[in-house]
Amino acid sequence: MTDGGRRTRLTVVVLAACFTISIIAVSVSGQSETVSIAPADTAIAVRPPAPPTSVVAEDYKYDNAKHLVLSWVPSIDDQPGRTLVLGYRIFRSSGGGAFMPAGSALPGASSFRDERLSKDSSYVYYVAAVSATDTVASIKTQAISPKREYLHLDLVWLFVIAFCISSSVIYFIWKARAGKKLFVRKIAGLDAVDEAIGRATEMGRPILFIPGIQDMDDVQTIAGLTILGRVAKQIADYDTRIRMPVSRSLVMTAARETIKAAYQIAGRPDAYSDDMVNYVTDEQFGYVAAVDGIMVREKPATIFLLGAFFAESLILAETGNSIGAIQIAGTARPAQLPFFIAACDFTLIGEELFAASAYLSGEPKQLGSLKGQDVGKGLAMAAILLGVLSVTLGQAFDIGFFNWLADGLSTIFSAAVE
Amino acid sequence: MFWEHFALWVAAFLTLGIYSFLYKDNPWYKLCESIFVGISAGYWFVTLFWDNIYGKFWVGVFPTGDAQPDYWLLVGAALGLLMLLRLIPKIGWVSRWSLAFIVGATAGFYLINYFSSNVMRQVQDTVMPLFGPGFNASAYVIIGNIVVAVGTFTGLVYFFFSKEHKGAFGASAKIGIFFLMVTFGASFGYTVMSRMSLLIGRIDFLLSDWLGLIR
Repeated sequence: MTDGGRRTRLTVVVLAACFTISIIAVSVSGQSETVSIAPADTAIAVRPPAPPTSVVAEDYKYDNAKHLVLSWVPSIDDQPGRTLVLGYRIFRSSGGGAFMPAGSALPGASSFRDERLSKDSSYVYYVAAVSATDTVASIKTQAISPKREYLHLDLVWLFVIAFCISSSVIYFIWKARAGKKLFVRKIAGLDAVDEAIGRATEMGRPILFIPGIQDMDDVQTIAGLTILGRVAKQIADYDTRIRMPVSRSLVMTAARETIKAAYQIAGRPDAYSDDMVNYVTDEQFGYVAAVDGIMVREKPATIFLLGAFFAESLILAETGNSIGAIQIAGTARPAQLPFFIAACDFTLIGEELFAASAYLSGEPKQLGSLKGQDVGKGLAMAAILLGVLSVTLGQAFDIGFFNWLADGLSTIFSAAVE
Repeated sequence: MFWEHFALWVAAFLTLGIYSFLYKDNPWYKLCESIFVGISAGYWFVTLFWDNIYGKFWVGVFPTGDAQPDYWLLVGAALGLLMLLRLIPKIGWVSRWSLAFIVGATAGFYLINYFSSNVMRQVQDTVMPLFGPGFNASAYVIIGNIVVAVGTFTGLVYFFFSKEHKGAFGASAKIGIFFLMVTFGASFGYTVMSRMSLLIGRIDFLLSDWLGLIR
């Protein structure tokens, strides 16, 4: 700005929620004079933020009457480049009572799920936009109570497919029980079980059985213990020693029960001892340190690694390999399978671990279950083939029928639990 | 200060002791192994006690403030007590009820999640077009989609147990195992590299924190 022979520069300094205006007058000769206007003089306060709008409370679908979902359109002061709003606070009134804080949401949020509610009470909400100096409330919602739904209709296709596969499992179990011979293909690693136990017997050395490091709630641990039952029966027959260090107390209990039952079936209950299975520690690498020590000191001739394994897989398999033991491993953890394949003599890959118990036992229940699961795999293969063909032809040639088929398959298989 | 240095030397002593297993089993390793196993077992006992028996059960059944007691936790506590009956051999068989409940309940609980992720999502993610509209897609996308579709399909063929792997079916299964092995090879390299970072971490501790050779 110029004013006669003077140039004037206007500087605005913004400090937190108030303004300080300084006017610096500079003469042509370079002399300057500053006049500052203090906040008290100007009293220019930051305005409160605009409240969120269109606040609606709705029932959370397909739950046990415990949740409500609140949605809103964010404040116009909560947009890219307009950051007056620091967040949102959600207030709830239960059964006509006073409004209490129910939670908070970050800037940019437009929904909130309220949990642990009761279907016997009604709730009213409002959302407040919070700035550095103000809290501005939205209008209140209508009173609403959470509802209970007994069927999750979004998962109907999941139910249909699961029902088909479960039915086929039951059907094949029934067929197997009726005496029909069900075929199971050869699984290479399992043919070596007899040989491995025989080798330990001839060498007079123990067999080490490691059921992974997970608890009884892991299906791989259960699969490992099922194979243990068959292995333990043969060990009892051959009068070989078994050593089983475990990392979970429940697995210890289940393993003892399994071996005890196997020894009874083999007609040698007197040869069973609780010392065959011992708890070490829940700590992953503490367990590994102990098992490695057992391997090098007792030098088992055969090692079974069947269950859920994590980072310890290669350490265990390499130590077993270094002492010259024959190793049969199996896990459904894809990241650990490469280590077992590299360091063990035989590896049960993924589902082979679960098929192993059926293969070894030949029990109708397990064989029928395996056959039924194969029906499921057949369905999946057909769906993949049909889906890839229809979506490719539909896109490449824009043929209505293929597009319809592709959309239908997409709808069916999108029914999955979040 | 003294105790900090002392802890540092103990940590270095134990680290080197565990690594001494690379040479062979020795008394130093045995000592470190016993300390590791003993301390970790004790640590887990304390952790499980405060997390489960106190943090979950006690606080849940006898809450403070406005919280409502959750009496369902008593069922879990009863099942836990049944497990302890193993200490009395005559009625130890009762503990099988707890085991049966855990195995059955978790099998049912996980069924839907496994089915959802291993079947529904797997199929949905595999169904993708090999070309775009009017065959318009880059070679990179086409090859990628073919690998996913063929790999998943033939992989399923390999895991089909009720049919002998012979003829065209056997050839598909061989392609499937080829895909699996390539995947395992890639996974092996990736995981080994990530494990190297753990080794680097321990060496960094020895050279930096303990010996002070790296600043």
